[in-house]
Amino acid sequence: MDFLIEAILSVVRPIGITEPVLQFMLVNAILGISMYLLLRTGMFSLANAGFMAIGAYVSVLLTKELDFALGAALVVAVIVCALIALPIGLPVLRLRDIYLAIATIGFGEVVRIFFLNVDNMILSYLNTFQDAGLRRYELVGGGRGVRNVERLTETWHLIVFLIVIIFLLTRLQRSRFGRAMVAVRQDERVAANMGINVVYVKNMVFVLSAMLAGAAGVFNGHLTRIVTPEMFGFDRAVDILAYAVLGGTSVWAGPIVGGFVLTALPEVLRRFNEYRGVFNGLVLLLVIVYLPGGLINPQGWRKLWASARRRLTGQPAQPEAGGG
Amino acid sequence: MLVLENVSRHFGGLQALSGVNLRVEPQRVVGLIGPNGAGKTTLINNISGLDHPSSGHILFDGQPIHRRAPHRIARAGVARTYQNIRLFGEATTFENVLIGQHGQGRASMLEAIAFWPSFRREERTLRERARELLAQFDLMDVADVPAANLPYGAQRRLEMARALATNPRLVLLDEPTAGMNPSETRALGEQILRLPQMGLAVLVIEHDMSLIHQVCDEVYVLNFGQIIAHGTPAEVRDDPVVIEAYLGKE
Repeated sequence: MDFLIEAILSVVRPIGITEPVLQFMLVNAILGISMYLLLRTGMFSLANAGFMAIGAYVSVLLTKELDFALGAALVVAVIVCALIALPIGLPVLRLRDIYLAIATIGFGEVVRIFFLNVDNMILSYLNTFQDAGLRRYELVGGGRGVRNVERLTETWHLIVFLIVIIFLLTRLQRSRFGRAMVAVRQDERVAANMGINVVYVKNMVFVLSAMLAGAAGVFNGHLTRIVTPEMFGFDRAVDILAYAVLGGTSVWAGPIVGGFVLTALPEVLRRFNEYRGVFNGLVLLLVIVYLPGGLINPQGWRKLWASARRRLTGQPAQPEAGGG
Repeated sequence: MLVLENVSRHFGGLQALSGVNLRVEPQRVVGLIGPNGAGKTTLINNISGLDHPSSGHILFDGQPIHRRAPHRIARAGVARTYQNIRLFGEATTFENVLIGQHGQGRASMLEAIAFWPSFRREERTLRERARELLAQFDLMDVADVPAANLPYGAQRRLEMARALATNPRLVLLDEPTAGMNPSETRALGEQILRLPQMGLAVLVIEHDMSLIHQVCDEVYVLNFGQIIAHGTPAEVRDDPVVIEAYLGKE
């Protein structure tokens, strides 16, 4: 495995992708898949930055305070995310489209603000009910976050995890549950008339997606060495959405490529200094306008190619055959 | 088999259905006709669980289903098609039928992920059965075409195939021949006539009287949410009340 990673790095290092960059690319690919699951089922949820935060905080506390191994912390954190996702999903997933997005942004903010203030909440509880008489109490460090986290995540952890997820995902998609996801996205009411339990499918996908986002949070927390609430705000929720949108949601490879590209691009373009941030937005914009199905979408490329050729040869636009 | 007792549905002040009584017996083809806006689609939505009656009972095999979720009604054996075609357009013809078979699968998500032998066996049988249905409705050639790209007639046939894929005992057909030419309509009529032979009951909404005469054992006429006539196609056609509802008074 080490040899393989070294081989990959020797190829990509010249363009500015070092091992830490590669690690964040892999973490973001996992986040991309968590978003992909939601969009594939037609759920426009922005809750995953919140679940990522929960995964990160829970696991970091476990490894730092209770000396858990990373694997054990991963399992606990992912289960915690699932247990939180279930009661959130049941009421929230009755909403659709932009309303679901807003409600889930709200969830993300609640999580962020919870971790910002949880120390003070515990302090006042201790002083009020336990007469502890404490001046201050520190568990997660409020806005300064949990510091000096051990850097436990290894590149091979991420590669193995991603491969396992891809394997399970492709299995899932070919099963009747996978078909039900696609049906629910396209027409919920017809899906219900076909015998699909729409509420079950949506909630199950929401939980699975939260677990994946939580796992990404676990790996991320043990890469950055510090976990603060500001790492998991609205920006992060939008970044996660961008991975899936850039890569596309027609195949599983889409969100992985999306996560890779948007993470690697600022590093590859490092010499453009302050302008490099612009490129991510530009790439995203170009893809949304010219390749609405995302980067990994053969049909979209074919259409783009056909229209480009028409323009070059000066032929008038022809109506699309079949009306697809 | 299907019994509607005094079913009413109002949307605010609009009385879409009032006191509808209707029965569909096993292996019978029952027609439901009426002018536009009479409440025909509302009735089918209520039976299939997309909408629920304001009052009254709907019984299927003696079980009340009027408060049940649509997926449970579907699994109990009620399938339907839609007036304006509602296929899963991005999925292929074959996948549309596979989605219709959802309720028959027993394999859990974990069995599917683990590729358990029982899951693989089940997938094989479902796919075989799906292919049979495609063959029956002459859709084999377009099995791998996205449903949105199919010609109109094929989309109509796929709706029927997908409804039958749920393994129903009662099929609700909402204007199955809308937009079809006479020869296509006749061909579809023959397909409908095969359903009772397969042990199914059929409730068909239709405007095309030639189809009603071709396939229906009995007909209900709905007007302003009320059943105004019931009988054989010939009886209903000559009923002065029905003629008045369609054409107005002299």
